[in-house]
Amino acid sequence: MSPNAGSATLDTVSTPPRLRVTGDWTLAHLAELYRTLSPMFGKLDARTAVDFGGLGELDTAGAGLLSELVGTQRLRELAREAADLSAARRALIETVCEAVTVWRQPMPRPSRQPAVLEVLSRIGGAVENVWGQQRYLLGFIGLTLETLARNLFHPRRWRLTPLTAHIEQTGMDAIPIVALLTFMVGAVVAFLGATVLRDFGATVYTVNLVGFSFLREFGVLLTAILMAGRTASAFTAQIGAMKANEEIDAIRALGLDPMELLVLPRVLALLVSLPMLTFIAMIAGIVGGGLVCAAILDIPPVMFLGILKSDVGVQHFLLGLAKAPVFAFLIAVIGCIEGLKVSGSAQSVGEHTTSSVVQSIFMVILVDAVAALFYMEMGW
Amino acid sequence: MSAKPETAAAEPVIQVRGLVNRFGAQTVHEHLDLDVYRGEILGVVGGSGTGKSVLLRTIVGLRRPSAGQVRVFGEDLLDLPPERRSRIERRFGVLFQGGALFSSQTVAENAATPLIEHAGLDRALAEKLARLKLALAGLPNDSAAKLPAELSGGMVKRAALARALALDPDILFLDEPTAGLDPIGAAAFDQLILTLRDALGLTVFLVTHDLDTLYTICDRVAVLSQKKVLVTDTLDVVAATDDAWVQEYFHGPRGRAAQSAADARPRS
Repeated sequence: MSPNAGSATLDTVSTPPRLRVTGDWTLAHLAELYRTLSPMFGKLDARTAVDFGGLGELDTAGAGLLSELVGTQRLRELAREAADLSAARRALIETVCEAVTVWRQPMPRPSRQPAVLEVLSRIGGAVENVWGQQRYLLGFIGLTLETLARNLFHPRRWRLTPLTAHIEQTGMDAIPIVALLTFMVGAVVAFLGATVLRDFGATVYTVNLVGFSFLREFGVLLTAILMAGRTASAFTAQIGAMKANEEIDAIRALGLDPMELLVLPRVLALLVSLPMLTFIAMIAGIVGGGLVCAAILDIPPVMFLGILKSDVGVQHFLLGLAKAPVFAFLIAVIGCIEGLKVSGSAQSVGEHTTSSVVQSIFMVILVDAVAALFYMEMGW
Repeated sequence: MSAKPETAAAEPVIQVRGLVNRFGAQTVHEHLDLDVYRGEILGVVGGSGTGKSVLLRTIVGLRRPSAGQVRVFGEDLLDLPPERRSRIERRFGVLFQGGALFSSQTVAENAATPLIEHAGLDRALAEKLARLKLALAGLPNDSAAKLPAELSGGMVKRAALARALALDPDILFLDEPTAGLDPIGAAAFDQLILTLRDALGLTVFLVTHDLDTLYTICDRVAVLSQKKVLVTDTLDVVAATDDAWVQEYFHGPRGRAAQSAADARPRS
């Protein structure tokens, strides 16, 4: 406790009782003051006189405590009468008392439900939320397609600059990471094939394993998941920050359409870049697998390509690539829709970015599973 | 007009010497000097883009100047070890132009954060005190539990002021505090700053465009122009300065109106 710490002593002998206030009543000593004075709260009646003679420093925190101690109304009267207070201090006490009467008014408290009801209502809320989200997504897809149809035949309204910029950001800039990742997964699949197939003496089928898996599934799936993490989040953050900054409202107020300006170029850009990246991913994966085959299975590249050509038909490449535009559309739309759902705060941007990545990965895998079933039933 | 505080001549709490601020090729400040004395309210005016906010950010230590020195309480913030720097920064209250409230916290939590972190109060006491500050800043009671995103622009300003005042700082930096407030709110704001200055001996560094605020509460006015502080003095002297921009500013239609309003009203 520092030498100037504030304190108060109550002189109960005299009538009316006198409260002697001494030392610094400032924020630095506030916790101490509250502790030592807590027995005195509520004990002082309206007649208590206060002796400010020994008062050192006084700030708003100290004045607030005083008002709590002796009562706001009483402190006001005392401050007006007290001769040993400077005019500036009196004004401070007056201002603080004014403020205190405002915050003393009861705050409306939200009523609490029993725990069981709260759990139930949360479950209900979550289910309703998921349902609402799917409906909203469907509506948004419709709106995007409608905007696309409206603009398709008006070349003057095509936004070529943002389109190319987004193709560069989502496509070109992602080539190194996509190629590297699929190259490594291709090598891993080949290793796996080599290990498992060795027991059957069928290591040569590693080529088929790598070829089938990358053309039909891994090429497009890995790329789409990467894009969901890389691009959907970027779209949400870009549009969300604009939403938080009222830029979307500004676009609307200027008579422009955010769907046309922001959503359409992003969707179209991803529709171009994701199939392109998928193609690169397929090649990188097969190269990775081929390298492992050449290194540890003694299958030279020429033989590798020969087996690939004779055993794995071009239709698998097309089946894999056919999924790319669907994934691209879903990822871009979910990224944009979550961005538009952002409300005001930085925290909201974060929440929706997370949500957009989770949702788009979920949708990609769901659609991929449905497509696999469909292809199988069709016998492709 | 307003008198200088008695101690004014003695003790500069902020000393800016030869300050240079550059953004790439653009020079905002060129050998700028400025003193702010203990207990005074200094109004800083200047046209758009003359670097008022940049000056504020440099003094507070958020921006390292390209050259020159800024001393606050006689110390150069940027040279201090983090511990001592933090101790000095605790004596600042800064109201940013956009409010800069923490968007993930309620208004009351915003004002309570410095109290919990620096004054060592427990949460309940800090929130109680925070609500007192909110009321001082003129916020209604039901706003305490709201998030910043739910507030209007003027209320964001008030909540930010409450946070700036939380630690009862020695120096209050205000960046356009009355912009976006209605005239009644702005007048109450002026009065609050004046009361706090008189009672607590605050030093106030006030960037403003509000002529009424200048006339009502500022002891001295500094004019930023041509990359320097053109003149720093009482309002009467500044208004008489022979400079085209100053003349236009103080003797244009708005300046005249504010002046006659200030003359008509007795100063408290």
